[in-house]
Amino acid sequence: MIIAERKPVNEIVSMIRDAERILVLGCRGCVSVCSAGGRREVDILASLLRLGRMKEGGKKLKTIEATLVRQCDREYIEEMDQWDGEYDAVVSMACGVGVNFIANLRPNVRVYPAVNTTFYGASAEQGVWSEQCAGCGNCILHFTGGLCPVVRCAKSLMNGPCGGSQDGHCEINKDVSCIWQEIHDKLENLGRNEELDAIAPIRDWRAAGHGGPRKVVREDLTV
Amino acid sequence: MNFVPDIQVLCCHYTSQQILAESKEDLRGDGLPENVTINRVACGGKIRETAILSALESGADGVCVVACDPDTCHNVLGSKRAAKRVAAVRKSLAEMDVEADRVGMFQVERGFHPEFVRAAVEMNEKIMGFGPSPFKNGGKK
Ligand code: SF4
Ligand code: SF4
Repeated sequence: MIIAERKPVNEIVSMIRDAERILVLGCRGCVSVCSAGGRREVDILASLLRLGRMKEGGKKLKTIEATLVRQCDREYIEEMDQWDGEYDAVVSMACGVGVNFIANLRPNVRVYPAVNTTFYGASAEQGVWSEQCAGCGNCILHFTGGLCPVVRCAKSLMNGPCGGSQDGHCEINKDVSCIWQEIHDKLENLGRNEELDAIAPIRDWRAAGHGGPRKVVREDLTV
Repeated sequence: MNFVPDIQVLCCHYTSQQILAESKEDLRGDGLPENVTINRVACGGKIRETAILSALESGADGVCVVACDPDTCHNVLGSKRAAKRVAAVRKSLAEMDVEADRVGMFQVERGFHPEFVRAAVEMNEKIMGFGPSPFKNGGKK
């Protein structure tokens, strides 16, 4: 899922400084699961923003608190229409996709991000998430035992490890595992380590977004 | 200025059971400051961040969460959960340049215990030192 973290409260207070009424809008997708922008976090943020305004003085901040099923599908964004005219700005607690999508679809709405969208990750343990994939557009996990060197190797090496790999740790930090060590161990466990003898060719990173914004068109689904 | 802080105590039913069986007069006799209001909930784990924040919105100068000793918590994890939520609120206050210590967590033995009163007294003294809540009067003390 997409992992996000709430921005420091003072940053958000400053974004909405000239708004009197805000819609604090959560998302019931990934950000609810990683407890960054679901219903509970919406209520907490709304209260913090009201307090932020009370601290600054001036007119009381009015808040509407709501969550959409998702902020990345048109039909759910349409639900925002019920609050038309009732807010000056939207503070979205969805990932950056949701904020962009509201900005795309509602040209007259001011929308601000309440979270920092950090990575695609998994729940390593309760309250801990770790990055697993970078959405590079050309997955190579079939060569690497299912472990991603694009995002889990500090250098995104395709033929690792580098010389900095020490006792299973990455040279950037002792707390980081060298994923290339793990890839070798994994394939050895599977009895397939000879697969690593093949040299991975130089990668074409255009699919990873280096060729501009990406788009997927599924002719079988378009209407 | 004669500042009498509004201190709201949010506490677990089990932690405060005997305290609340006392009369107001007895509690004052035990040293509980008069400006301290005790709000009892079913379990420390029930205290959400929003309950603490809403006390601040309603004008509390300080909020004190009192739950049981974490190892003898009646509901096993309630006191630990309360402590985590208090920590989250304190972090948010710091992000707003507000004294994190305006919200405090105390874990005390269950039943009537001088520590309960001491927690309230300690909180009261701390908030007297800070002065009125920056959320009141547009932050002007
Ligand atoms: S190779 Fe690319 S798509 Fe596959 S897991 Fe790594 S970043 Fe994600
Ligand atoms: S030590 Fe391992 S994980 Fe770190 S940069 Fe080198 S190959 Fe990548």
